[in-house]
Amino acid sequence: MPVTSDRKATVEVRGDREIVITRAFDAPKDLVYKAFTTPELVRRWWHAERGEMTVADIDLRVGGSWRYVMIAEGGMEVAFHGEYREIVPGERIVSTEVFEAVPDGEALNTMTLTEADGRTTMTILVEHQTREHRDMHIASGMEAGLQDAMRLLEETASSLR
Amino acid sequence: MARAATTADAFNAVAEPRRREIVDALAGGERPVNDLVRALGLAQPQVSKHLRVLREVGLVEVREQGRERLYRLNGPALKPIHDWVSAYAQLWSDRFDALDVVLEDLKQEGARRCP
Repeated sequence: MPVTSDRKATVEVRGDREIVITRAFDAPKDLVYKAFTTPELVRRWWHAERGEMTVADIDLRVGGSWRYVMIAEGGMEVAFHGEYREIVPGERIVSTEVFEAVPDGEALNTMTLTEADGRTTMTILVEHQTREHRDMHIASGMEAGLQDAMRLLEETASSLR
Repeated sequence: MARAATTADAFNAVAEPRRREIVDALAGGERPVNDLVRALGLAQPQVSKHLRVLREVGLVEVREQGRERLYRLNGPALKPIHDWVSAYAQLWSDRFDALDVVLEDLKQEGARRCP
């Protein structure tokens, strides 16, 4: 593997309604943008090795829509969709995002790319309308880890009563 | 704050930015309340109010030493929050690791095209 540096994504839960995800890549930003916006390339990474992507629809224009569907291990279908609100090619995409299991919880995502010395930093700001939706969004990506966290949370909460 | 102050659990307690600052300030170790007042630039009654909320959910513990009240973090109470966020962070890390592979392929394609 040519990739050796520390590559953990940082996730910051900010205020009541926001999540900020940041990660640096050893590639110029035009390539990162291409990988982020080309359906056959998105199909190769968005699943995060947790299943198979069956839909990666991208209509990349303001007002155009997107939809991603993954069949997770165990057969559960996880689907997200939204609409593009602002597009600055190679730099920035603002889009809405709905987790279809929670259809009334629409988030606004701002993906920004900045390049320095051939490396690109991607920042995704996820703004939810309510804290509850933000918290569910975080929960939507989880598998076994979530169950453990929730169990721990319950234990902690009940020990506090 | 528009939302009603629901502070029944650790998640709610740290949803408030000032209380997160207190948690951060205590991450380095035990501190007296006056120290926290200085570090946060808030009035003492506000700091005390936030500390009370943090104590109620078990995130912070207090002990008296002479005339001072010393506050410290209770690490285990933070674990559910840590686990919850780190599982989400892991999803994105795995996603981006897969994206690294795609980017390497794109770089090699580009190199082949313009040697």
